[in-house]
Amino acid sequence: MVRRITSSPLTLLGLIIVLIILVTAAFAPVIATHSPTEVDLLSKLEAPSAEHYFGTDEVGRDIFSRIVYGTRISLRIGLLVVAISFPIGTILGAIAGYIGGRVDQFIMRITDIFLSFPGIILAMSIAAALGPSIENVMLALAATWWPWYTRIVRSSVLSIKHSEYIEANRALGANPFRILFKEIVPNAMAPATIQASLDLGFVILSAAGLSFIGLGAQPPSPEWGAMLSNSREILREAWWAATFPGMAILFTVLGFNLLGDGLNDLLDPKQR
Amino acid sequence: MHALRFVAKRLLLMIPILIGISILTFAISNTIPGDPARLILGPKATPEGIEELREDMGLNDPLYVQYGRYMGGILQGDLGESTYSQRPVLNDLLRYTPATFELTMFAMIVTLLVGIPFGVISASRKDKLADQFTRVFALLGVAMPAFWLGLLFLLFFYLKLGILPGSGRLDGGMAPPDYITGMYTVDALLTGNWPVFYAAVMHLILPGITLAAVTIGMITRMTRSSMLSVLKSDYIRTAYAKGAPENRVLYGHALRNGVMPVITLLGMAFGHALGGSVLVESVFSWPGLGQYAVNAITYLDFPAVMGVTLLIAIIFIMVNLIVDTLYFFIDPRLKHD
Repeated sequence: MVRRITSSPLTLLGLIIVLIILVTAAFAPVIATHSPTEVDLLSKLEAPSAEHYFGTDEVGRDIFSRIVYGTRISLRIGLLVVAISFPIGTILGAIAGYIGGRVDQFIMRITDIFLSFPGIILAMSIAAALGPSIENVMLALAATWWPWYTRIVRSSVLSIKHSEYIEANRALGANPFRILFKEIVPNAMAPATIQASLDLGFVILSAAGLSFIGLGAQPPSPEWGAMLSNSREILREAWWAATFPGMAILFTVLGFNLLGDGLNDLLDPKQR
Repeated sequence: MHALRFVAKRLLLMIPILIGISILTFAISNTIPGDPARLILGPKATPEGIEELREDMGLNDPLYVQYGRYMGGILQGDLGESTYSQRPVLNDLLRYTPATFELTMFAMIVTLLVGIPFGVISASRKDKLADQFTRVFALLGVAMPAFWLGLLFLLFFYLKLGILPGSGRLDGGMAPPDYITGMYTVDALLTGNWPVFYAAVMHLILPGITLAAVTIGMITRMTRSSMLSVLKSDYIRTAYAKGAPENRVLYGHALRNGVMPVITLLGMAFGHALGGSVLVESVFSWPGLGQYAVNAITYLDFPAVMGVTLLIAIIFIMVNLIVDTLYFFIDPRLKHD
């Protein structure tokens, strides 16, 4: 397994990026060179230098340190949103696929309704209704994300349900719930788990977008999307304020994407 | 006849989805914390005054009665009144929709013109330099925060080089073309108004490419993987064996089958672009639905936010219907099922 990860350069790159992000989040106070929120009007709008690696914003806060602390915020959003939507989605998907019939139809119609909104639009309106805060953005994203897992798990449950080893279990008289949770669900989880690792990146991207339009993190929080939103006021004077937070988002999303794609290839026997 | 029956069936299937969408938007509107009557009357309201207004607004009715009223309103085109612009939300939506539609269509055209050839080249040069380059490009596109790309474009092409306009739909002081569709490029073209057409296209370039970056990544990846599997098939080997030129094999024989899965992705790509327009319009001050929604959020104008949400969902499912119908016509196998 480890050798196969390291043999694909792009997967390895993804793994390295994700590790860098985790280490940055864990050791933010050690890595940051300044306080992420301390105002220093004497050194406002300074270009990147040895003192301020990524320059300073309009009130003299160190952008590098803000990005380092922002890693914690983004990672927490990504993990919590997936942690809420993943179990809801997989349980509903397993039920729909296994029981079938009316239950299946009912669950799938509901996912259809959620998926007939572009995700960011639905999340935007839920977050707007709940009021601007990071917690509400997480709730809104979780509410829009679960149907994807339902669809994935349902279709893998359906394909496993009719396989011979499940038939054999049933013929032996095993309890149907035992079959579902001991045999089918564990085998159906792989595609959904890969999707979850890809989604960590996409959730972070969406949350940054919602913060960008003023729904998520509020100033002075060093959230990347909120920093970019703020940078628009000083675009003419400080290119660095608009450049580095976006790079952090791109880097993070790329890392989780590469890792997810790599896992996908690993677990898909056709790709070997 | 088959096609008509197919479209009719799809239209019927849309009805429960539309009802579901309205229930969901109604539910979201009802989660707004705080009492709307209290909000309207302000801090000095008396409990009796609030109670009276609640009764007038129908807030004391059972939820299903409130929903029935909401749904009845939607069916008559009544989406409430924007608390900020003081106009009916539907009027505002009609004003801002053409701008968003123009931007999204432009982005989709760019996506197809770039994404499909990139995918074909990438597949036909598998693991060569061109393929590596295209794959990295597509990967970056998919992971790119569009609103950030927009800021970088503004920094470089507008503020630094000054070669492209960075905000709005036309140059300052320029009168829009006569209203036909509301899409400035189309209207200027139809009325032969060349200076306005030129300005409108120039204004579309930066936001359009920003919006297209993500969907180009999606379409390139899909085209590549679909072409890779088509290129392995026997009929392609036969085409090569009988000495057909490579471009003819790729674009004449292979692409016809290779493009099928890409078409199914088009609806999703369009939805992604519609969603992205909320962020991109706000970067480029593009006066469309997205910017309207962002302003509405800033002014806590919920009827407007919900109006945009509902309208975008309806546009999205209509586009998916069109894509499915298109697919039905292009893929002859479906007609015989």
